[in-house]
Amino acid sequence: MRNERDMTTNSAFRTPHSALEVSFTLNGTPTTVSVPDSERLLDTLRYRLGLTGAKEGCAEGECGACTVWLDGLPANSCLVPIYQVRGRRVNTVEALDPAAVAPLLDAGATQCGACTPGVVMTALWILQHPDVLATHTVRELMAGNLCRCTGYDGIVDGIEAARP
Amino acid sequence: MSVLLPGSRREALELLARSNGAAMPIAGGTDLLVHWPQRQEEHDRAYLDLSGIAELRPVEWTPDALVLGGLTTYWDVIRDARVGRELPLLAVAARQVGSIQIQTRGTWAGNIVNGSPAADGVPVLMAYDAVVVLESVAGREEVPLERFYEGYKQMRRRPDQLVVAIRIPRRPYTFQRFVKIGSRRAQAIAKVGLAVTHSAAGGGGWRVVAASVAPTIRRCPSIERLLEEQAAVHSPEELLPAIARDVTPIDDIRSTAEYRKLAMARVLFYDVFRGREQGAGSTDHGRRMTDNG
Repeated sequence: MRNERDMTTNSAFRTPHSALEVSFTLNGTPTTVSVPDSERLLDTLRYRLGLTGAKEGCAEGECGACTVWLDGLPANSCLVPIYQVRGRRVNTVEALDPAAVAPLLDAGATQCGACTPGVVMTALWILQHPDVLATHTVRELMAGNLCRCTGYDGIVDGIEAARP
Repeated sequence: MSVLLPGSRREALELLARSNGAAMPIAGGTDLLVHWPQRQEEHDRAYLDLSGIAELRPVEWTPDALVLGGLTTYWDVIRDARVGRELPLLAVAARQVGSIQIQTRGTWAGNIVNGSPAADGVPVLMAYDAVVVLESVAGREEVPLERFYEGYKQMRRRPDQLVVAIRIPRRPYTFQRFVKIGSRRAQAIAKVGLAVTHSAAGGGGWRVVAASVAPTIRRCPSIERLLEEQAAVHSPEELLPAIARDVTPIDDIRSTAEYRKLAMARVLFYDVFRGREQGAGSTDHGRRMTDNG
């Protein structure tokens, strides 16, 4: 994860770039930010809008800790340039109903918690789109969220328990 | 850095022409944004954002082809039930790209122009005789995918051209298989990838396309000839001379040349040369193999 000190070496914050005004719908609320055009959605969420649920784990789209919904589909916010969210819908973990994650907690789907915001975003997306389970297994759909604590069984069990 | 934000295909082509080819088109960003904060030199160039061009997104079925748009994602194809029935390897390969978070963003056209020898989408497109449709302000050009690559990351796309579509002929197939060998099932880059098809239709025949075993993804004419001639092959090792003629794998961070040749021989022998008898009607279009089970 990037810490405060690392931010000073992040070029998106250090180098002056042309500012860009980007309007999008964030968790249902129309939002406009003025940002350097080299910024990623993850940076904007964390460091401008204070939404620190999405985490930077790997910065290469592998760990899934930065997962958000972009126009209703799971996406790695570390790989989304901020200019690509103009006019789009972004949903983050902060807007989820806490009650919806109860089955995951009950099944032991979280331990250290670093991956959990990303896990929850993918897990609740699956639960809201049960039709994908006609073609995909929960494990295949969760493959983009790495967890080094749970061994995944708690995550899969939690989703299975919450399935409609 | 500067970013150009066209709202239409026409506008994108004009901006690209005006930039003298300096602008880098960006679609899903799943390759270009990797380790972005550390890649300062990439920040200093111009990008042409294609994401606002709605006309490039849809998948279109015509009487004789499936046409993917320049912005069609892996997920678009995975969710098209007709693809699974008619050109199933597209869905099989798409499901092995990264994870759902990558599949919803990554595009087939981006997979082609990124030019990685380890791409997952390109082998199946090539095994289906896909044609790359390029467009610039000067007009359209169509290049068969099998002739698109000229060397490592070298391809027949001029900097003023965009991939606006990928056309895949609709043919009945009697054999279709995609096998990707990676370190694990999800999120892995291929050590060896193989897409193999056979169609008895006019212009068809065997297509054997290999990934991660040469500077570009490429067809394997020697192996294809053995299949066309229905040559008797009794072991994976008997395929090694033909493999040596067709591909030139290297040792790198993911695997070794030796392993890649042997893995390719075994997949071809067990899945293709032995599997061709049961090929017709087979619904097992692909499976994953891993080093450690």
